[in-house]
Amino acid sequence: MATMEFVQGTRAAAGSAQPAVSSGVRPKIDVKKFNFFYGSAQVLYEVDLELPEKQVTALIGPSGCGKSTFLRSINRMNDTIPGARAEGTISIDGRDLYAPDVDVVALRRRVGMVFQKSNPFPKTIFENVAYGLRIGGIKDKRVLDEIVEQSLRRAALWDEAKDRLGASALALSGGQQQRLCIARALAVGPEILLMDEPASALDPIATQKIEELIYELKDNFTIVIVTHNMQQAARVSNRTAFFMLGKLVEVGDTNAIFMTPKEKLTEDYITGRFG
Amino acid sequence: MNRHFDRDIEQLKELLLRMGAMVEDSINQSIRALLERDTAIAEQVIAADSDIDRMELEIDQHTIELIAKMQPAAVDLRFVATAMKINPELERIADLAQDVCERAIELNREAQLKPLIDIPRLARAAQEMVRQSLDAFVRGDAALARAVIARDDEVDQMTEDSFRELLTYMLEDSAYISRAIRLTFVGKYFERIADGATNICEMVVYLVEGKVIKHAGNVGEVR
Repeated sequence: MATMEFVQGTRAAAGSAQPAVSSGVRPKIDVKKFNFFYGSAQVLYEVDLELPEKQVTALIGPSGCGKSTFLRSINRMNDTIPGARAEGTISIDGRDLYAPDVDVVALRRRVGMVFQKSNPFPKTIFENVAYGLRIGGIKDKRVLDEIVEQSLRRAALWDEAKDRLGASALALSGGQQQRLCIARALAVGPEILLMDEPASALDPIATQKIEELIYELKDNFTIVIVTHNMQQAARVSNRTAFFMLGKLVEVGDTNAIFMTPKEKLTEDYITGRFG
Repeated sequence: MNRHFDRDIEQLKELLLRMGAMVEDSINQSIRALLERDTAIAEQVIAADSDIDRMELEIDQHTIELIAKMQPAAVDLRFVATAMKINPELERIADLAQDVCERAIELNREAQLKPLIDIPRLARAAQEMVRQSLDAFVRGDAALARAVIARDDEVDQMTEDSFRELLTYMLEDSAYISRAIRLTFVGKYFERIADGATNICEMVVYLVEGKVIKHAGNVGEVR
C-alpha cells in the first residue's frame, strides 16, 4: 500500500538500477519531464533533475524562476493552490509521488519542510517538537521525551533549550526559532528536508549556525535548499541547480558551477551580470 | 548590468600590465647589459627590482581585498586566481633578469670569452614569450597562450645547445671555466624566464576555458 511505502521507503527501490548521477551517488529524488502550471500559466518546463541521496542540492535563480515552486512540488505543498497542476514525474526511491494512490500526509512525513520565516506554534518548546508525534498517535511520555531530545540535539538547539522545554517557543530568538522548526521537522523521521531560504531572515551568526547544521544533517538526510545567497549555496551544497524562467538551465557539482559553469546564463547570474 | 566589480577587475588588470611592462623592461635591459657589456645598465636593472617587488605586494593586497569584498565566482574567480598566480610569476621573472645582470657585471670584469650567438637567440625567444604571454592575458587569447607554450621545447633545446658549446670551452682550457659557467647560468636564467611565460600562459588557458593544462595532464584527474 502506498501509505506504508511512503512511511517506510520502498525497499525494492534501494537495490534497483537507478540511473547514477554524475557524483556517483544514487538519486533519492528523480525528476522527469516535470511541468507545473498555476491555472493557464506554466511556471516549470520539462525539468529533468536527479537529487542524490544524503547530499545537499541548492536551487538558485532569480526571483520568479520557479525554484520555490519546484521545491514545494517535492512534497506536494502546491496541491492546495486552486488551479495548480503538475505533469511529469517526481519519484522518491523510484516511486512517483504524484501517482493517484499516494498518501500525501505520509509523503510529508518523509519529506519535511522548513520555511523562510520560522513558524513555531504558540506552544512550549517541547510541544512544538512533539506535535507531529502526538498527531501520529504517539502518547508514551518516555518515547516522546526521547525523540524530542534527539530532534533538538540534531537541530543543535538542545543545549540552549534543555532547561526551558516548558517555556513558550515564541520566547526564543529568530535563529533559535528556525532551529526549533528544523527540530520539529526532524521529529517525525523524514528522509528528505526541503528548505526554502531558511536563513534569509537571520543575522550572520544565526545564519552560520543554520549552515553548520545543514552540513551536519546531510550525513543522514537528503537536503534541498532554495537560497538567494549565492555564497550560501556555494558553502553548504554538494550540487547546485540553476533555474531561470521556469527552466533548469544547468545542474552540476557546486564547485564546478561556481568555478567553471558551462552555460553563459549561469555564469552571468552567479557573477551578478544580470539580476 | 554595469558592476562595481568590473572596475575593480579593470584596475587589477591595469596593475598587472604595469608590472608586466616593468618586467619586460628589466628583461630588455638585462639583454643589453649582457650583449653590450654595460655594467651601468646592469646596475640600473638591479636597482629597479625593488620597484617590481613593491608592485607585487600592491597587487597581492588588491587581489586579497577583491576576494574579501566581492567573493568572486566563475570567470571572476578564475580571473582573480589567475592574477594571484601571474603576479609572483612576473616577480620571479624580474628576479631572473636581475640575476642575468649580476652575471653580466661579473663577466664584464674579464675579457669576453667568445662572441655570443646562442644566448642572444635564447634571450630574444624568452623575451618574446613573456611579451606574448602578457598579450594573451590582456586579450583573453587561449590560442596565443597555447602557441607560446609550444615554444618552450624550442627554448629548452637552445639552452642545451648553448651549454654544450660552453662545455667545449671548459674542456679546452681551465682558464675559461669561470666565464663559461657564468654564461651557462645566464642561459639557464633565460630558460627559466621562458618557463615563467609558459606558466602565465597555462593560467590564461584556465582563465579563458576553465581547463587546467598544467603538468601536461601527467598527474591524472585531481579530485
